Amino acid sequence: MALTKFNYNSFDVTPVASTTMAFNSGANGLTTMSAGAMTLIKTVTASSDSSITLVNGTDDVVLDSTYPIYKVEMINVHPSSEQKFYVNFRDGGSAYDATKTTTQYRAYHFEGGTGGAVGYQDGLDLAQSTADQMIGQEIATDNDASGSGELWLFNPSSTTFVKHFMAHFSHHYTNAAPGCIDNWTAGYCNTTTAIDGIQFKFASGNIDAGTFKLYGIKDS
Amino acid sequence: MALSKVDYNSINVTAAASKALKWNSSANGFETGDVGGSLVLLDTFTSDGSDDTATFASSIDSTYKEYLFVWTDIHPETNDTDFTVNFRDGSTAYDATKTTTYFSATHSEDGTGGGLSYETAVDLAQATGVQKLSKSGMGNDNDHSCSGLLHLYDPSNTTFVKHFAARNHYSGHDEQSRDEYIAGYCNTTSAIDGVQFKFVSDEIQAGVIKMYGVL
Repeated sequence: MALTKFNYNSFDVTPVASTTMAFNSGANGLTTMSAGAMTLIKTVTASSDSSITLVNGTDDVVLDSTYPIYKVEMINVHPSSEQKFYVNFRDGGSAYDATKTTTQYRAYHFEGGTGGAVGYQDGLDLAQSTADQMIGQEIATDNDASGSGELWLFNPSSTTFVKHFMAHFSHHYTNAAPGCIDNWTAGYCNTTTAIDGIQFKFASGNIDAGTFKLYGIKDS
Repeated sequence: MALSKVDYNSINVTAAASKALKWNSSANGFETGDVGGSLVLLDTFTSDGSDDTATFASSIDSTYKEYLFVWTDIHPETNDTDFTVNFRDGSTAYDATKTTTYFSATHSEDGTGGGLSYETAVDLAQATGVQKLSKSGMGNDNDHSCSGLLHLYDPSNTTFVKHFAARNHYSGHDEQSRDEYIAGYCNTTSAIDGVQFKFVSDEIQAGVIKMYGVL
């Protein structure tokens, strides 16, 4: 005898598009429930890559008006050589060269107990520059050394406002001076053109390893 | 003939309040579980172009241990103004007593002014007034705004004070990037049940603020 299968409208609840079926707050009936507001859009795993790019419309990446807020998690980013770690943004062309004004400071403390301090980093900030923005200083190449952090990008598709971004990236400093460097970077892409791509790379050499996770945070 | 629909207790799983119905890890039965994602959108403020305040007066309770507010492109009516926050601790007023810290990094488009500094004029010591999220200087040019986020921890707790931490970034009227860090506590064991954002004077003329519960 053929098994009779339940159809979507066989359950005692009114279907609502793109929601999940759940038990109600009294656990005595069914209801619909929206999924969480933070959506994993794309995971990219680095493997000896010269850069990692997240480009709207490429490889299932969404970076447009679908979400008002985007967040990138950078996990265990490991370089092929001791170099600074950078981010840049694409504002219409194919180049990652959006004009930016930024701030940059860092706290640091070495494994030997010295150097505990915090300070602004003149020369690592940008003033109306199209250059890459440093978000991490030289990361050691020891096998267990890496850097992790996050980048927030607000309303990249706006054609009214400049585009704010904020990064926090903590990492293991050089082999010669092992310690923790805690980097805080923020700024704005001074353009009313939409930002549709993000690129991460080291000053030179490759991103030997690391996971980059792009999330969209919903507005409804 | 009336359609016979499957009732909640006809499904081979024990019902659990406000839990989703999912397949189990072996895909051979049902189980209950949380809806995917740990960030739950609870409320949204969207400026109508002339708002005195952005107020979140409901849905802040013991449901979540952490609440996250994220604001995007908040645009002021007035040049050189301050974006602020305050908290409600039982009455209708947003006047919880707070002790806070504030520091910021700045850098101007002409390359000057790069620095990191603590601002004694912006922190609070047992004060009920608003906490500034932006130090004076925010611009009202058409493309100027601020964006940022605020974490409010365990607001319904009646044992401990209520910690909060915020980070705000704005483009200033003097063409400056300012990255601001604010943290503190509402020095009360009463529950915090409301959060209000506003400029020190005049209107919020654009922007969106979202309140999330963090599972």
